[in-house]
Amino acid sequence: MTDRSPNGSPNGASAWARHSRLRVVPPVQPRKLAKVPFVELADGRLQGVVSSGSDIGRVYVSSIAAGTHNYNCSTNNNRPCGGLYGSPCKHLRALVAEAVVQYGADRVSRYLRVEVPEGAEPADCLGGVHEPAPAAVVFSRFLRHLAYLEVPDTTLPIPELHWFPATGTVG
Amino acid sequence: MLAVQLAALLGGESGNAGAGAEEALALLDGFDDALVHGLARLADERADAVAALAAAFAATPLGDRLAEAADAVVSGSITQEHLTALAGGRVALSGAVHDALLEGLDTALGRERAEWPPTPGDPQTAGGTGAHPAAQPAAQPAAQPAAQLDGQPVAQPSTQPSTQPPAQPAGNVLGGVRSWLRELAITGWRGVDHDLVSAADQVIEALLAVPELRRLAVLLDGFAAELRASCPIGSVEHLPVRRWADLWTRALLLSQDGVLTGDPTGEPRPAAMVSGRLLVLGVDVHEHGTAVQFQMHAVLEPADGGTSRLVRTSVTVAKVDTIVGTALWKLPQRHKVLLAALADRRSIEIADVPLLDSGDLVWHDDRAFVSKPADPLATARLCLPGALAPAVPPLDRAPVRIAEPVLVEGYKVTKDGSFDLGGTLLAVDTERLPDCGPLTPKLVAASSACVGLMRWDGGRWTLQPLAVQAKVKREAVVVATGDWALGPTDPKAAKAEARAADAVAVLQERAGRLLRR
Repeated sequence: MTDRSPNGSPNGASAWARHSRLRVVPPVQPRKLAKVPFVELADGRLQGVVSSGSDIGRVYVSSIAAGTHNYNCSTNNNRPCGGLYGSPCKHLRALVAEAVVQYGADRVSRYLRVEVPEGAEPADCLGGVHEPAPAAVVFSRFLRHLAYLEVPDTTLPIPELHWFPATGTVG
Repeated sequence: MLAVQLAALLGGESGNAGAGAEEALALLDGFDDALVHGLARLADERADAVAALAAAFAATPLGDRLAEAADAVVSGSITQEHLTALAGGRVALSGAVHDALLEGLDTALGRERAEWPPTPGDPQTAGGTGAHPAAQPAAQPAAQPAAQLDGQPVAQPSTQPSTQPPAQPAGNVLGGVRSWLRELAITGWRGVDHDLVSAADQVIEALLAVPELRRLAVLLDGFAAELRASCPIGSVEHLPVRRWADLWTRALLLSQDGVLTGDPTGEPRPAAMVSGRLLVLGVDVHEHGTAVQFQMHAVLEPADGGTSRLVRTSVTVAKVDTIVGTALWKLPQRHKVLLAALADRRSIEIADVPLLDSGDLVWHDDRAFVSKPADPLATARLCLPGALAPAVPPLDRAPVRIAEPVLVEGYKVTKDGSFDLGGTLLAVDTERLPDCGPLTPKLVAASSACVGLMRWDGGRWTLQPLAVQAKVKREAVVVATGDWALGPTDPKAAKAEARAADAVAVLQERAGRLLRR
């Protein structure tokens, strides 16, 4: 009755086109953030930041390109990750695993354009090679992400948020 | 809301917005379609749609400017000024639809609404919203809230903690917003790529640093995130055409110099300072990846014994996409009184709190304390009739903003979840139950009374539940969206929250370690 998804009903497409109050970006699933504090599907890559297991002040910037699946992992100062021996390191595997929790396997495989046979892990189906990618861009996006937590709250009304309804669990 | 009131509301024609609304919406659709493909590539049909939008204003003061803008856009020379004129036309049209809808609802409910205080000759009059197509009833001119009450100027209290000074003047930032929006309109949604979306990042960051531009920052951030998530848009089958045109138009309007920065303090001026008792009706939750707004609807019984009023009070907090569900309630925790009143279902005593002409109470937790228990359904039953509804600020007259609290009872729930009220069906929007609260579609389906918000979207009215009375295991319970404001009370939800660990704390630790290097 109130399904507005484009494929949810026979006239779904026109309903999607003619509604103003929609949740276009599906909400992400909650996950533990300690190991991989930041994951995103952006700029044509699955990219994120993985906390170092040994040094609490160090993080790795890991990314996998959509389509080619070429990957990179380095510290935020562009030192290559020591775990990249011709195959993805544990940081990259952690990044993919957490992306699957956050976005769901479907959305991740669709974005990376990867075929995942039933029962297989997306991380095992990537065929790329190591290719340097800009860590600084991803790291600054992570810092920008963290900076949101420092933006003060406001008690003035924001009418624009009426366009952005919270949505609930279905069922 | 009684069966006869619902029948009166839904009995009208053309999506219940009255005569002319269908035509106004068709004009919007035409213009919105032009934005899908970009103003740089206007095929004949879409050029006609832009011209038709302008033609609707022929008999108004906006007529000449819009005609000129439409001509220029069709011939391929697209300036900021032309886009602003067209956006103004689109805002005025949806404003007219809003006015007709709200009037229909008020009439059906017998709800009395305050008049927007006119301030003729106000230099801050917003472009566009003052003009209306000839077919629509004349509306009041757009104006900023007056700072006077009974002729007495009201002192401006500081409503916000001051933050660090903005990195650059608001004017420069707004210029950046306008050029990004122009680029978008020329390119069209279909042509948007990662580079164009990423170009908004810096602008949004600069906006977030200026408190008075917060509305625009939150809007653009949500909009850009949708474009980013939809990239490459060229191959996406279905686009939220009306929605993105709404967001683009609104952003362009708010980015005009003086619209958000007109007042030297950057804050809307309060119409009055009020004291009295607040009786909570429920809380509406708005959310995108980087912001959440908790908007409480309540009835204010003024301490001086005056007419009780329908008010809203809001807290908006910045967040990141991985903070979701019940964890959201941890973000506004400095507003302890508000959260406690929601969680424990109690009324609130307030003293000297600014009330804006829009009916928005600017929350000050230190001027409020939790009072006696109050059930939202009882509040709606006893206090909603007769409460004075607030005027809608001219800038905010969009159908989406309509969120009128009502009480519905004595219905039968149909198979698809609608409420059958004496033979008239009211669609219930169970997709809009926030997952930070315990209210579920199942509880709504088992309910016998419901406090909710009347909303209009996609051509029809729906009820968005805020609180219900339902039978669970033969026991009558009241469940409301704000019940978990102090944390989930349901063991299953509490467990889930513990499992997800403390996202807020982890990110704050990372921020502390990495941000200030």
